Amino acid sequence: MFGYILRRLAVAIPTLLLLIVFSFILMHAAPGGPFTRDREIPAQVLANLEAKYGLDDPLWKQILDYVWGIIRHFDFGPSFVYPDRSVNEIIAAGFPVTLTYGLLSFVLAVGVGVALGAAAAIRQNSWLDYLAVGISIGAQVLPNFVMAPILVLLFTLTLGWLPGGGWSFNNPDYWIMPVIALGTSYMASIARITRSSMLEVLSSNHIRTARAKGLPERRVIWKHAMKPALLPVISYLGPAFVSMITGSVVIDMYFSTGGIGKSFVDSALNRDYAVMMGVTILVGALTILFSLVVDIMYAWIDPKIRY
Amino acid sequence: MALLDIQDLHVTFQTNDGQVHAVNGINLSLNRGETLGVVGESGSGKSQLAFAVMGLLARNGRAAGSVRFDGQEILNAKPKLLNRIRAEKIAMVFQDPMTSLNPYMRVADQMAEVLVLHQGASKRDAVAESIRMLDAVRIPDARGRARLFPHEFSGGMRQRVMIAMALLCQPDLLIADEPTTALDVTVQAQIMTLLADLQAEFGMAMMLITHDLGVVAGACDRVTVMYGGRIREEGPTDPIFADPAHPYTKGLLAAIPRVDQKGDRLSAIPGSPPNMSNPPPGCAFAPRCDFAMEICVQDRPALAAFAPGRARACHAEISVIREGAAPHDDLPFEAAADEAGALSTPEPEPEIEAGLSTGPATAGPPQERPDDPR
Amino acid sequence: MTMIEHDKIKGLSDRMAAEEVRGRSPWADARKRFMKNRAAMVALIVLVLIVIFAIFGLAFAEWDYESIDFMVMGSAATQGMPSLENGHYFGTDDLGRDIYARTVMGTRISLMVGTVGALVAVIVGTLYGATSGYIGGRTDQVMMRLVDILLSIPYMFVLILLLVIFGRRLEMLFLGIGLISWLEMSRIVRGQTLTLKNREFIEAARATGVPGWKIILRHIVPNLLGVVAVYATLLVPLMILTESFISFLGLGVQEPLTSWGALISEGAGTMRYGTIWQLGFPLGFFCVTLFALFFIGDGLRDALDPKDR
Repeated sequence: MFGYILRRLAVAIPTLLLLIVFSFILMHAAPGGPFTRDREIPAQVLANLEAKYGLDDPLWKQILDYVWGIIRHFDFGPSFVYPDRSVNEIIAAGFPVTLTYGLLSFVLAVGVGVALGAAAAIRQNSWLDYLAVGISIGAQVLPNFVMAPILVLLFTLTLGWLPGGGWSFNNPDYWIMPVIALGTSYMASIARITRSSMLEVLSSNHIRTARAKGLPERRVIWKHAMKPALLPVISYLGPAFVSMITGSVVIDMYFSTGGIGKSFVDSALNRDYAVMMGVTILVGALTILFSLVVDIMYAWIDPKIRY
Repeated sequence: MALLDIQDLHVTFQTNDGQVHAVNGINLSLNRGETLGVVGESGSGKSQLAFAVMGLLARNGRAAGSVRFDGQEILNAKPKLLNRIRAEKIAMVFQDPMTSLNPYMRVADQMAEVLVLHQGASKRDAVAESIRMLDAVRIPDARGRARLFPHEFSGGMRQRVMIAMALLCQPDLLIADEPTTALDVTVQAQIMTLLADLQAEFGMAMMLITHDLGVVAGACDRVTVMYGGRIREEGPTDPIFADPAHPYTKGLLAAIPRVDQKGDRLSAIPGSPPNMSNPPPGCAFAPRCDFAMEICVQDRPALAAFAPGRARACHAEISVIREGAAPHDDLPFEAAADEAGALSTPEPEPEIEAGLSTGPATAGPPQERPDDPR
Repeated sequence: MTMIEHDKIKGLSDRMAAEEVRGRSPWADARKRFMKNRAAMVALIVLVLIVIFAIFGLAFAEWDYESIDFMVMGSAATQGMPSLENGHYFGTDDLGRDIYARTVMGTRISLMVGTVGALVAVIVGTLYGATSGYIGGRTDQVMMRLVDILLSIPYMFVLILLLVIFGRRLEMLFLGIGLISWLEMSRIVRGQTLTLKNREFIEAARATGVPGWKIILRHIVPNLLGVVAVYATLLVPLMILTESFISFLGLGVQEPLTSWGALISEGAGTMRYGTIWQLGFPLGFFCVTLFALFFIGDGLRDALDPKDR
């Protein structure tokens, strides 16, 4: 197992470095450079700026400095647009918010999705099954950026129950809509995946054996069917995680929650490459880390996986 | 009182193509300690018969009729009752050992849970007993292997595990559904010997479901031959082998490979099993039968006793079946046609002829018959 | 966003290959089965209507998509409702621009992005996957490792990075979306190529000295058609979703051009002032089209790979 994790890390770390180098080179390939503005900047000022950010060094040295900064201090350097703020500060301001509603959405998606899907499969062709199928088909066309306005229309503009935006760590009213808007489509996908894999498992030979052993149905499902039925869900968690982080950008924009998605879009609109890169690399690292966790989980459940 | 008594059992499946009638009114009984062979091609309904007894039909399957075990009605019984009987009274060994064990659980855990559940044993005792049972089915290093997962076992070993698991509670009846089909020939023989030994040791009754009459010969007291979800012939093993009274049985017997058989090709029954979603009004075997008559197409023959302990469902006279050879697939058409006149086989209907396109319409020469022990 | 169930796609590819070898064309049966699938047929008709709307819709518009109706500008909530009288069938936005014309325009662009994205995926993904699978060995390992690495990158962020750096132009959007769409496709195609590779007809071709690229193009690619068709149909809505996502953030299609995502974004921003139609019409088209595409994709898959046979 330990060797397996090491080998996975041996791939993960170069991938992350590749991402850093790639985005760094992209940034330098940008026409105009980071300080090109509508207004002309005096040449001397520009030179000073570039010296300050180390942009007059050769490219390889810049990359090395950047990577070294990240490795040693987890330092993504200063922002290009707000010279008094570091990328770290900008990210640190938004990260707890994103983490809060992101985790809640993830729990909602996995918890409700698995429960709904499994229940639907166990009671196939019942009203519960039809409900689950209906939700999972409907939610295919309700991504976060469609859910968000619909929720606001319903709960804020029509019913007046929930605040239409903003964030407060103390008041969960602010959390509800972001969590639902972000989580619903994944919940539906997970419900669909769980349902179809559970149906397949329940009609498999080893479940018939378990029943022939005289086990009560409850035990057949929990002890024998759940694990294999969850394997496809687990392999979906990786892509779902990436996609949810991406979706948080919409949530931050639409609900003004002030998470890292907001910093990302703002920096994209301001051409603040330093912040964009910082967010991209952070998200990349989280993604790679999470897919590692998922793989380990998978290997732990499925004894046929050889580490 | 018979240990297992099946009366007028029907099994139907609801599919997109309509209703499939897998089992159509079967009566069977099995005494304590007895071994019954249930023989038929795939699709003859023999496995569904077993699943119906155990209450293990697929979700879209329905069973009707009566199945009494030890005097108690168990067909469509409440799960609670069924779960007391499964494994404890009736255990089952399945056809495909590669997929029938839970791949995500250690072998010891899968086995132990049976004892924990049915006999209230402690986990530790249950595991110890499981290892003893693995020893009994001759798995080398049972203690070490019990900790492994099923994929770390070979096919034959997995089937041994299945058998050991089935025997844990010392059931009164073991249903073995094609226990050797998925295995190599040498392993097949080992498993059959093992089953026979264990049966003698534990004194249980056994229902051996197979498509291979060769397997039945050594192992069973009685044989039931099924085709199209119905019983075609039943009786004690030896007389059936010596003197088959149904064309289908005759065909199955001819299909057993034999060392002393002349010629170098195996016999086969021409055609394929009937479509069970739309069964013919007459005898389902008629389109493939060498002895088919006009009446066979319209009227379904009933199962009738003709000798002590023996019964068959066929319109053709026994004498005719005895005379005619088993259906053959291996002769040049001319040779078969020459024989046609000599035999008193009735002319088949034209539409039956069409169904026989894969083989000659008439019986083969006598010398191609399996050796007759008479 | 939604995910395509790869297990099912895999099952389909295995069956298609087996059927082809048995000498039956899976397509003839499939068409019959597809025609019998009522949901898929309705979806197909709806999709055709939407495509017609996208192509010819502007001919019926009384306003073009960028000019401002100064009569309603500033009081869109009261004056800009959908009406036949002033020619704004779907109403106007808060600036007084015609929603009908803008919806036609948005539909056009979104469908185009979806189709182009899927097309890139089909071409690049099929060739890459077939090559990788056919050559096999170390080349295959390296090629697939690269796909794995690219897949583990949060592509939306990189795509936005690309768009910001190289300008938010439509071609850039096409390119960016196309660049990510082929990855999964190449994996699936490779998997099936591996199974196809050892079939007799491929070995026969190889034995008679047909060059590798010709075997790939003549023998392997045609046999992948079923899988590729199903996957591509399911990719179109995913590409539309991706584009809409980016445009919703204001980073995709730029004014005066527009797309569903941009329209939904504008509508969502102004709905609190009472112009609910500004959200409703684009959203309706968006949802209906996605529904239709998903149903067609599922129908196609079920037609080519019926579960119970």
